[in-house]
Amino acid sequence: MAMTTETAVLETGKRTLLATAMAGQAGPVSLLLLALVVIWYAGAVWMNAPWAIDRFEKQKIDWSAGDLLRATMVQKRPILPAPHQVLVEMNKTILQKKITSKRSLIYHSWVTLSSTLLGFAIGGILGILLAVGIVHNRTLEKSLMPWVISSQTIPILAIAPMVIVVLGAIGLRGLVPKAIISTYLCFFPVTIGMVKGLRSPGVLEMDLMRTFNASPWQTFWMLRWPASLPFLFTSLKVAIAISLVGAIVGELPTGAQAGLGARLLAGSYYGQTIQIWSALMTAAVLAALLVVLIGVIERVVLKRMGMKR
Amino acid sequence: MADAQERIASTAGLESSRRHVVDIEGLKLTFQTADGPVFALTDINLKVDEGDFVSFIGPSGCGKTTLLRVIADLEQPTEGSIMVNGVSPHEARMARSYGYIFQAPALYPWRTIERNVTLPLEVIGMAKAERLERARRYLKLVNLAGFEKKYPWQLSGGMQQRASIARALCVDPELLLMDEPFGALDEIVRDHLNEQLLQLWRQTEKTVVFVTHSIPEAVFLSTRIIVMSPRPGRIIDIIDCGFPPDRTLDIRETPEFQEVAHRVREGLRAGHGDDD
Repeated sequence: MAMTTETAVLETGKRTLLATAMAGQAGPVSLLLLALVVIWYAGAVWMNAPWAIDRFEKQKIDWSAGDLLRATMVQKRPILPAPHQVLVEMNKTILQKKITSKRSLIYHSWVTLSSTLLGFAIGGILGILLAVGIVHNRTLEKSLMPWVISSQTIPILAIAPMVIVVLGAIGLRGLVPKAIISTYLCFFPVTIGMVKGLRSPGVLEMDLMRTFNASPWQTFWMLRWPASLPFLFTSLKVAIAISLVGAIVGELPTGAQAGLGARLLAGSYYGQTIQIWSALMTAAVLAALLVVLIGVIERVVLKRMGMKR
Repeated sequence: MADAQERIASTAGLESSRRHVVDIEGLKLTFQTADGPVFALTDINLKVDEGDFVSFIGPSGCGKTTLLRVIADLEQPTEGSIMVNGVSPHEARMARSYGYIFQAPALYPWRTIERNVTLPLEVIGMAKAERLERARRYLKLVNLAGFEKKYPWQLSGGMQQRASIARALCVDPELLLMDEPFGALDEIVRDHLNEQLLQLWRQTEKTVVFVTHSIPEAVFLSTRIIVMSPRPGRIIDIIDCGFPPDRTLDIRETPEFQEVAHRVREGLRAGHGDDD
């Protein structure tokens, strides 16, 4: 009986991923996506129409609604590019360029990604260490927690240039200063989540360890740490996404030569809205992929621990 | 009845030759709260002999769980002396000479049943092969053989509590401290586990201190019943009951059983006073 339940559970587990993607929800999800695309197109027409009408009138051309519609889709510097313009640009800069080219978005994505990952790794470890300190020591809790929280009330846009300039003055350029900005952003959710996670064992679970006369170290590794892992993964998903934001923001103040942030900046200097939007979309896709990756690791780890049913 | 009395007499006669596993004298415990002191326990005098099955019974707030926690060194008494296994509760805890069973199974969800049972052995640092051998042995003892690789959520509430009993037993402690272990289970499962626990107690010959608020449970399981009363938490009656060790649940229908149950009920009623 118990055996059959278990196999049934395993099978449902295997089916879930595919099933949610393929069955029931596929209809509504694609409908929603379609609605977004339609709204985007409508927005593009609405935003770009005045300029197009202006052009028609300057050239004294009679224009129909169809002409106007077409004219809003093909501008070189539209206020809001149409989705297909962004896709064409992304195709050109992602698939058609050699990845070593300075104009390849893959190259720029990698520049941003590398500092994202470095910042995420440092921030994750820092966040965990802070949480461990806060949970085990009341003095640390009292003295660290206010700083941890107030650090996040300062706008990152204000602090990023200072970090870049100060570190640049002592000879640190490129990867590391950007990673530090990512770290600054992403340690926070990890600390908050892990404080909650490490404190998640109940009174009974903690008392049990006391009756075993377990050392604090044993209580940490056998109880607090495994109990905190679901909280850790939730925090890491938030952390890796804002780590990417941090890396992009870190690329802005230097007028950086490379990275998605540099593409955004260059795009806005020259009014290249299509370039801005394709960099934005690439960043969004990258963030989504990173979050999905953490989600997959979470599933595997928790399943091996018997915590995902 | 005559048989029962004879048993009480023989228990009394043996008392001198047996070791006190728990020895409490003049114990007091007062919690300081914002609303003033709460007298959780006052004037507790109690001796638990080796091999005894002693139950604390009383309404909620009478300090029965607190007293158990004092024995386990999870609470510190304000006054009086307490010895567990001949040493202080702290030393007894350091020596891991008791196993504690909580109101809930408190199994760790990321560990299989087997690895939950071996948890205290891992803390001690026992070799893996011996750990697994012990887990098998004690899971068999609580009728959970074959469930080693299951996770807690795959077991029913009663099975989970049995696993937690195996976890308490596997360090082979002198003393088992049980805090309303079956309180959260339904009556049918509870009856069944009471029979199993009695059998387990006979087989292992452990000393058991058991907290409950169920009169039939206390009378069925115990060699001695400590009736407690709240405000302040104190002992108001100690009742010896010596039913034959191979008793079954049917004994609950006998007049002797009813008589002891009646005395416990009277004690509880008297202790309740007229404040509610």
